[in-house]
Amino acid sequence: MIGQVIFIIILLAAVYLFGKNVAKVRRNILLGRDTNRSDDPARRWKVMAKVALGQTKMVKRPVAAIMHFFIYIGFVIINLEVLEIMIDGIFGSHRIFSEPLGSLYGLLIGSFEILAVLVLVACVVFLARRNMLRLKRFNGIEMTAWPKSDANYILIIEILLMMAFLTMNAADYKLQLLHFGHYTEAGSFPVSTLIGPLLPTGANALATIERVCWWFHIIGILTFLNYLPYSKHFHILLAFPNTWYSNLHKKGEFTNMASVTTEVKAMLDPSFVPEATAVSRFGAKDVTDLTWKNLMEAYTCTECGRCTSVCPANITGKLLSPRKIMMDTRDRLTQVGNNIDKHGKDYTDDKALLDNYITREELWACTTCNACVEACPVNINPLEIITEMRRYLVMEESQAPASLNNMFGNMENNGAPWKYSQADRFNWAERS
Amino acid sequence: MEQKIPTMAEMAAEGKEPEILFWVGCAGSFDERAQKITRDICKILQHVGISYAVLGTEESCTGDPAKRAGNEFLFQMQAMANIEVLNGYNIKKIVTGCPHCFNTIANEYPGLGGKYEVIHHTQLIQGLINDGKLKAEGGESFKGRRITFHDPCYLGRGNNVYEAPRAALEILDTELVEMKRCKSNGLCCGAGGAQMFKEPEPGKKDVNMERMADVLEAKAQIVASACPFCMTMMSDGVKHMDKDQEIKVLDIAEITARANGL
Repeated sequence: MIGQVIFIIILLAAVYLFGKNVAKVRRNILLGRDTNRSDDPARRWKVMAKVALGQTKMVKRPVAAIMHFFIYIGFVIINLEVLEIMIDGIFGSHRIFSEPLGSLYGLLIGSFEILAVLVLVACVVFLARRNMLRLKRFNGIEMTAWPKSDANYILIIEILLMMAFLTMNAADYKLQLLHFGHYTEAGSFPVSTLIGPLLPTGANALATIERVCWWFHIIGILTFLNYLPYSKHFHILLAFPNTWYSNLHKKGEFTNMASVTTEVKAMLDPSFVPEATAVSRFGAKDVTDLTWKNLMEAYTCTECGRCTSVCPANITGKLLSPRKIMMDTRDRLTQVGNNIDKHGKDYTDDKALLDNYITREELWACTTCNACVEACPVNINPLEIITEMRRYLVMEESQAPASLNNMFGNMENNGAPWKYSQADRFNWAERS
Repeated sequence: MEQKIPTMAEMAAEGKEPEILFWVGCAGSFDERAQKITRDICKILQHVGISYAVLGTEESCTGDPAKRAGNEFLFQMQAMANIEVLNGYNIKKIVTGCPHCFNTIANEYPGLGGKYEVIHHTQLIQGLINDGKLKAEGGESFKGRRITFHDPCYLGRGNNVYEAPRAALEILDTELVEMKRCKSNGLCCGAGGAQMFKEPEPGKKDVNMERMADVLEAKAQIVASACPFCMTMMSDGVKHMDKDQEIKVLDIAEITARANGL
């Protein structure tokens, strides 16, 4: 009884805390400008099913794709087991699904065990790739101490959870064979029978091990749940809405700024009366100038670095790294959110995404080639943030590199980016 | 082959409307290397007997480099002026000689009032081949030569056009080889996003030299391109490596014109 009460208290506290942190992330995302990403829902569901559920963009790197798939499918399916643990915890039952499900229960537990091993193997391989093989993709200027530790924590927690799950089953199975207490025969244990011999033979010791692992497993899961909003691992949830709200246009198409259209129309046609709109900034200096979708993407990024590994600027040693653009955006947004929590919503520090986080050198190194956008397994678009920030630099600060200012001047005066006269534009035909 | 290039102004004066407008672009108009490609596109159009015209001095930059560099004002000024000219001539269909012009007019002009059917010249060539109007005969033989195609970002990833340029090469009976980074994984030449008009940021090397490694690895004798900016970057790369005797950089339009003896 006391166990049930403790369990319910822990469960409620964990859910409450998680809800509170998710609400904070949601509030931060909605600090962004509005943009319509709800048109054509049928196509959006399809994109989400393909990219998030089906993980179709992962397969470009087959080794990572297979390992990731083990963890993904393991996570989703083993959660069925968590449901049983929840019910057992609340009602003080033991393996409540075993009776109603009958032989299917054995099959389920058996497959959970095999999945648990696959998850374990994948996590160990991932740890080795990060810490022993030291793949280039997991390094770079933005991969400082915290992002590296974050990745390792996630993998280690998953390993511990799976080990607790298997040890719990092993002890349970041995107790079943001893016909001890309420441990009636239920389930089949293809993996944990192999661990069994490592455990003591005494029934009381086994029951203690079973209980400790049970509590460790479920408290571990609830702790992990609350770690998510602070971690890159949040992608397991946001990958779904993020792909649903994907850009459905061609990648080459950049948005036409409506605020500029109004001004240009007024310039070209003096009789045009623009609608009165709130004066806003052209482009983005800080995170609040970006759209909520840009900000959602920042929270969705799991720092895999596929974007950076295909970025022509990064490959050739320039400062730009698309992954850093996303991580900087999230870090700045977190700071802005914390400022609101501490000092109220009208507080502004004297910092911004531009210069304090992302330098101009990074922004000007981009070739807008869309390789990063193509590479992202969850349809994140770092290029849009880069473009918005260039717009701020050019239209608000007039701070483009001198050669680009020359190009603008040529275009304005001659209708071409080079210094040729418009009158000579058709001279090529004379030599035909 | 002597040819007179028809302009929209002349056509309109005669009360005629061409089937298609050839949007030449700034590079195609002014860059000497790209001018050759422009003339070859005209030769192909003439060869198959499509009625076409160009805007000549009435054409102006689409505004692409301004937009990619963040100058949305300048882009929209250019776009609106161009749309006024295009709509004034009642243009319905446009073929461009440049993926950047193609992308801008096809995707970004509609929202500003310029709605046309826009194709890139490799799509025109693919269509003509499919219709049996264009073959590879009567000209230079490319048989057995190793050709690789460098995907321009704004044709490939930007607009998902991967097959059209390859279709133009497939009829040549060549040895078509792919670089390790191709199609949606293709590596940029380094000129996009207005980089063409500025010095690169400090780094280890230039992007086009990184791409040269892929070209050498593919052991290509011809690098086919479909973008005037890629043309510049790839040609510079080949020259920089002292390989301009062994490796030729040619546009799909040039290859097609040569194969047909135009």
